[in-house]
Amino acid sequence: MTMEKTVNIMVVDDEEIVRESLTSWLEEDGYHVECAEGGKKALERLPERNWDLMLVDLKMPGMDGIQLMDEVHKTSPDMLVIIMTAFATVDTAVKAMKKGAYDYFVKPFNPDDISLTIRKIVDHRKLVQENQFLRKELKKQYKLRDMISKNEKMLEIFDLARTVARSNSTVLIQGESGTGKELLARAIHDESPRTNAPFISVSCASLTESLLESELFGHEKGAFTGAAALKRGKLELAQDGTLFLDEIGDISLKLQMDLLRVLEQREFRRVGGSDLIAIGSRILAATNRDLKKAIAEGRFRPDLYYRLNVISIQIPPLRERREDIPLLVEHFIEKFNIEMGKEIRGVSEGAMRIMVDNEWPGNARELRNVVERAMVVAKGNLITEADVSLSSSGPGANPGAKSLEEIEKEHIRLVLNENHWNIVRSAHTLGIDRVTLYNKIKKYGLKREGVAPKE
Amino acid sequence: MILQWLRKEVADTFLATVREMPPMSVPPASFEAGRNQHSSTKILKELLGEVPKDALKLLGITGMDLCIPILTYVFGEAQLGGTAAVVSTARLRQEFYGGAPDRPLFLERVRKESLHELGHTFGLIHCRSGECVMHLSNTVVDVDAKGRNFCTYCRTVAASNAGGGSGK
Ligand SMILES: Nc1ncnc2c1ncn2[C@@H]1O[C@H](COP(=O)(O)OP(=O)(O)OP(=O)(O)O)[C@@H](O)[C@H]1O
Ligand SMILES: [Mg+2]
Ligand SMILES: [Zn+2]
Ligand SMILES: [Zn+2]
Repeated sequence: MTMEKTVNIMVVDDEEIVRESLTSWLEEDGYHVECAEGGKKALERLPERNWDLMLVDLKMPGMDGIQLMDEVHKTSPDMLVIIMTAFATVDTAVKAMKKGAYDYFVKPFNPDDISLTIRKIVDHRKLVQENQFLRKELKKQYKLRDMISKNEKMLEIFDLARTVARSNSTVLIQGESGTGKELLARAIHDESPRTNAPFISVSCASLTESLLESELFGHEKGAFTGAAALKRGKLELAQDGTLFLDEIGDISLKLQMDLLRVLEQREFRRVGGSDLIAIGSRILAATNRDLKKAIAEGRFRPDLYYRLNVISIQIPPLRERREDIPLLVEHFIEKFNIEMGKEIRGVSEGAMRIMVDNEWPGNARELRNVVERAMVVAKGNLITEADVSLSSSGPGANPGAKSLEEIEKEHIRLVLNENHWNIVRSAHTLGIDRVTLYNKIKKYGLKREGVAPKE
Repeated sequence: MILQWLRKEVADTFLATVREMPPMSVPPASFEAGRNQHSSTKILKELLGEVPKDALKLLGITGMDLCIPILTYVFGEAQLGGTAAVVSTARLRQEFYGGAPDRPLFLERVRKESLHELGHTFGLIHCRSGECVMHLSNTVVDVDAKGRNFCTYCRTVAASNAGGGSGK
């Protein structure tokens, strides 16, 4: 007999061995557990007691896990449902989250993950109910923390971000450079219960393998020459907060393997250390690379991809949501007015048309830089066509049937030449970071042409 | 050798007579080919069929890595308030985590997990006290951190469960 109130859990799975083993495992933790072998049976048992939580298999003959959840929510809208799923059905599981599942586990899962999740549910049940109410209120807005948009797809992403913020699931954010991947990662952190814990970002692209390794895991004093003192890695610094692995597509295969192991076991060692350190943080990752392609080419481990891609968010490029351009322009003007102490009121129609028509290979970041520059040079309190410099070739300068990649390549070459291959300045003009620029130079095989010829 | 040592530790803790049975092979049906692990639930069932008439509990020790369908691994499994329990030594060795062998540490872990699983057969659930061997431990870090014996509360509950049940 425990002194605390019993927690009632219903396990729904068509496989007997799963029901049996999970029940026995949960019972050892002191929960009252009962099983149902399918959706119909589960619904029958629903009135039997005051269930605190349902663990529901996604794939079952007849009624599947999501259908069951829908049915349950009709009569018990606050029922917490955790969906259990296999790798192959991650997409459906995301759908489940959006439909109101509390979380979901990819089978087989780490014993610690489920223990902690259930403990948390039990402890925070009330809090969650309050959050759900708040979330509904927020849904109507065009905003997610520092991000704005009125594009349908983006609003769906904001919604999904708010939903996943509550869970501990790993999220992989994909999208072109400057689309707001890091901004979204921060928003997820800020929306999560971890908001008061640190948000730690690691850029995986800018470091060599060994530097990145010690950046992530830290090292003991004397682990290698130059390791004069103990250094805590980002994994450790993230504590109970969020660790953001930026440019994850750029890490070496060896580190991919190390990272996979660490994510699976949720513990790691400092370089040169022997003590295992548990990971308390939530992991978010981002990349502007096509990871599916990288997998096909053997440059990215599929198992790591599945580990990270539990929830997948693809941010569309700015040119596919041009309705956001005026909104963003306004947003950036407001922001820089404050920062620069200016009083720009708006943008002339001509200037706006140029910006709306532009392709924006550097996406929102490039747009932000263009607005910033325009505000610096603007004479009056209106940004005019003359103030908007789109570093030469817009789409109009490149007519004909060219792929986006070709246009990008030419555009980058042009900007590099204009800036005499000054990487920092070119990157700034393009609105991308240096590392991204280096990567693109490598990708397109761009070379500095003799003595940069003018015209 | 390890069994002989463990026998004494268990006997001292539960103040009971502990006998070592001849080795049993792990049932082939418990092998989960895709995972290269064994199902603890299936092993437990097999053990149940082997309980001698005069025995109150049966503890199986295996070097195989154990799992249940839904979890990546388990250190062991027991019938809550039942007869049989099984403990795997696979993940209790430092070698599993790439460390150097550490015999005393290994033995200490085997002892804790054996007492823990046996505790479950006496009807004990996980204990909130970090000092208690019934504290939940999903990783060796947890195993090493928790105490090596039952707390007073768990000891009392186990004793009353044992006394209330059938005699020896
Ligand atoms: N939806 C948005 N609302 C407001 N600002 C945005 C939005 N999207 C991007 N930005 C602006 O663009 C900048 C770049 O965004 P961020 O650094 O998140 O891009 P990224 O996708 O991580 O790019 P990269 O792949 O180059 O690292 C942000 O600092 C912000 O100013
Ligand atoms: Mg970024
Ligand atoms: Zn236990
Ligand atoms: Zn106890």
